[in-house]
Amino acid sequence: MFHKKVKDVLEIYLVGELDEHASHYIRPKLDALIESESFSKMVIDFRELFFMDSTGVGVLIGRYKKLSQRQIPLFLKNPSAQIDRIFRMSGLYKIMPLTV
Amino acid sequence: MKRINKFKMEFDAISQNESFARGVVGAFLARLNPSIDEINDVKTAVSEAVTNAIVHGYEGRENGIITLSVLIDGMLATITIEDKGEGIPDIEKAKEPFYTTKPEEERSGMGFTVMESFMDSVEVRSGKKGTVVILKKELGKCFHMRRLSL
Repeated sequence: MFHKKVKDVLEIYLVGELDEHASHYIRPKLDALIESESFSKMVIDFRELFFMDSTGVGVLIGRYKKLSQRQIPLFLKNPSAQIDRIFRMSGLYKIMPLTV
Repeated sequence: MKRINKFKMEFDAISQNESFARGVVGAFLARLNPSIDEINDVKTAVSEAVTNAIVHGYEGRENGIITLSVLIDGMLATITIEDKGEGIPDIEKAKEPFYTTKPEEERSGMGFTVMESFMDSVEVRSGKKGTVVILKKELGKCFHMRRLSL
């Protein structure tokens, strides 16, 4: 995982696989960034994430809750067809829209 | 090629083995020349079932054993994931989208929904001696459809 700050947008790039095992590492990393950085919008980019199961949905909803307490919107970008299907069946785009 | 081919293995119910388990299944099925989407569907469903066994079946205890077996019959893949853990008290409830017994751990409750959506069939048997999940998928459908349309 790596991140970039573009103006007031925090861009997160997830890399590799996001399953239950990886979630133990990714969750605290995301939370540390949310706590330490100052930004008004967060975008999570999935272009380099080649595997995700439903654990990822739980991780995203957890971060969404933290961000919404601070009224910061979260957007999702570049999911693979597989990951997009999981997002759609979870209805995730209703609270964290897909962006281009 | 032989019509029927199978393997069976046991591994420790620890989270490091989630990617190993789905990777092994993907490698075994690759010889059927499925599409990348089909392999990803199966790998995702296997990941959900193995994660359930680790997180719910054994409640994170690291002394559990998961048995994984795959049977190929023609183009039909049958994958069985078995644990000797707690068992699921109410299978119908567990299958409901967003239902989770562990909301405090940020579980999505989408595991069975994903399995059912990505596989042709999902069968669950559970009792006090553990849980068996049987996933089935006919592979090569895209290929046959393409061939028929030629």
